[in-house]
Amino acid sequence: MKIAVCISQVPDTATRIKIGSDHKSIDPNGVTYIINPYDEFAIEEALKTKEKIGGDSIVYVISVGDDSVKETLRKALAMGADEAVLLKSSSAKDSIGIAKALAEEIKSLGCELVFCGKQSVDYDSGITGQLIAEMLDYNCVSVVVDFKLEGNKITAEREIEGGREVVETELPAVITAQKGLNEPRYASLKGIMAAKKKIIAEKPAVDSSSFTEILDMHLPPSKQPGRILGTDKSAVPELVRLLREEAKVI
Amino acid sequence: MADKILAVLEQREGSLKKVSFEAASVALNLANQLGMQAEAVVVGNDINNLNEISKYGISKLTHLKHELLSNYSPSAYSDTLASFAKETDAQILIFPNTAMGVDLAPRIAVKLNAGIVMDCMKLEIIDKDVIATRPVYAGKALIEVKLNSQTKIFTVRPNVFKPQLVNSASTQVEVKQVENPNLKTRVTAFKKSEGKLDVAEADIIVSGGRGMKGPENFHLIEELAEVLGGAVGASRAVVDAGWRPHREQVGQTGKTVSPSLYIACGISGAIQHLAGMSSSKYIVAINKDKDAPIFNVADYGIAGDVFEILPALTEEIRKIKS
Ligand SMILES: Cc1cc2nc3c(=O)[nH]c(=O)nc-3n(C[C@H](O)[C@H](O)[C@H](O)COP(=O)(O)OP(=O)(O)OC[C@H]3O[C@@H](n4cnc5c(N)ncnc54)[C@H](O)[C@@H]3O)c2cc1C
Repeated sequence: MKIAVCISQVPDTATRIKIGSDHKSIDPNGVTYIINPYDEFAIEEALKTKEKIGGDSIVYVISVGDDSVKETLRKALAMGADEAVLLKSSSAKDSIGIAKALAEEIKSLGCELVFCGKQSVDYDSGITGQLIAEMLDYNCVSVVVDFKLEGNKITAEREIEGGREVVETELPAVITAQKGLNEPRYASLKGIMAAKKKIIAEKPAVDSSSFTEILDMHLPPSKQPGRILGTDKSAVPELVRLLREEAKVI
Repeated sequence: MADKILAVLEQREGSLKKVSFEAASVALNLANQLGMQAEAVVVGNDINNLNEISKYGISKLTHLKHELLSNYSPSAYSDTLASFAKETDAQILIFPNTAMGVDLAPRIAVKLNAGIVMDCMKLEIIDKDVIATRPVYAGKALIEVKLNSQTKIFTVRPNVFKPQLVNSASTQVEVKQVENPNLKTRVTAFKKSEGKLDVAEADIIVSGGRGMKGPENFHLIEELAEVLGGAVGASRAVVDAGWRPHREQVGQTGKTVSPSLYIACGISGAIQHLAGMSSSKYIVAINKDKDAPIFNVADYGIAGDVFEILPALTEEIRKIKS
């Protein structure tokens, strides 16, 4: 079976965001990029699935972006993915544009099972997997914390408010990975060496017009540092009074 | 006839959820400003509180009904809603940004060839355009966006837009039977977690971090949450240590929340944690290190020991509540 994993590269979560001079994107100076944390769960699940079903399964990692994304793809190859595809795009795309490019590639590779992270921690929309599924007319389960594949049949658990939904569906399908699904493996030295020889195919991403226009990006209004009311429990009555009378939240 | 804005309501276990009324109020508010008409739609089987929608000034609610649709089904709900939106020729759709909304809205966007903006915290009209403000980088920055598509979809963050009561005429409820729902993807069971309230839905959150010293001390957090009617949250440090389940994690790789009140106990305030909670309306920090970064975002702080403060705080609140 051919399995695709869609991954993205995001600023390290410890990054202090600075706004770029265009006031529409971040200032990339000094930002280090990492693989989107949720995508590591997606890669792990793809590798586990391949190990389980055996045969001549292939795991492809696919990303949309510029040359800098190769490094992130290489990391996924080091974890054990077989081949990588970089869909080159220099212009910014919205979620729909990115999903279109990925869906097109998944179709031409003929992948029946697709894993994505449940959310990319940059634009945080959390919809790429669902969009791809809909574009390809695949089934889809999002925010998955437990995944089982038997033959064609999928049983997955997805996290929702207050619990988990058990979802049943069939291949072909897109699964979006939530933390808790698995423990992503570290790349072994052997894996890192092997990754150097693996292929990263480069193709242009399909062109599409974007529905979304970013008008402005700014930092959230900075909060006035608050008041320290004390250092022991004698401050508690004053805290409760403020919460009732000033904040009016209790 | 005026163009339509459709609020897509959410029901679980046969009741409309509070986020539904938030979405309805957003739809009505936009409709009033744009000279459009706000309607609502919900998919489900028996729903016990449909009439509550009339309090929010929605003139018409369509209930798309089938006995196999009491539980969520991504395929059936998206098919049913997309064809309803086409039939009514809705120009704008508003969904709550919940687990269901995030799953459903993008599918419908593709079916309607609509543009989509997720997790909006503000929607305003400028020159007849809807301008949405939403967080990016887990709230470290905000963007203002506009959609250029014919049909537009916005999902709204829970707890941010308050439902607004409207004294007006009643709601016309129309029940439409769904035929042959597409159950290719279906929910077969719901496993409730033992926690009472989910952080993503709570208006008050009491969170504990590594300063709580061990899982056995989280009853102090639970008790305070209980008297406040709030939910228990956690930092990643305590989730990774296995003290608390992941669903309670707040932050960049957990849940991003905007409750009215967030009480951080023994949490240092790492940038990834702040990203997930700094848009809370009021923040209280209890931390024995007065230089902990959490105090930079807190409205009120006590620079002391959680083991001393928490029981006293719970007691004080219990007193005023009784
Ligand atoms: C990729 C990535 C993603 C991440 N995502 C998240 C995320 O989503 N959410 C998140 O929370 N973190 C996240 N983190 C982790 C984050 O960087 C911090 O490590 C974490 O938030 C620290 O948790 P903490 O505040 O509980 O612990 P600590 O930083 O250890 O802080 C404990 C605090 O408790 C105080 N304390 C100790 N004893 C007492 C006492 N008796 N009374 C009062 N105060 C006391 C201390 O002064 C200290 O400030 C992420 C990290 C990475 C690398």
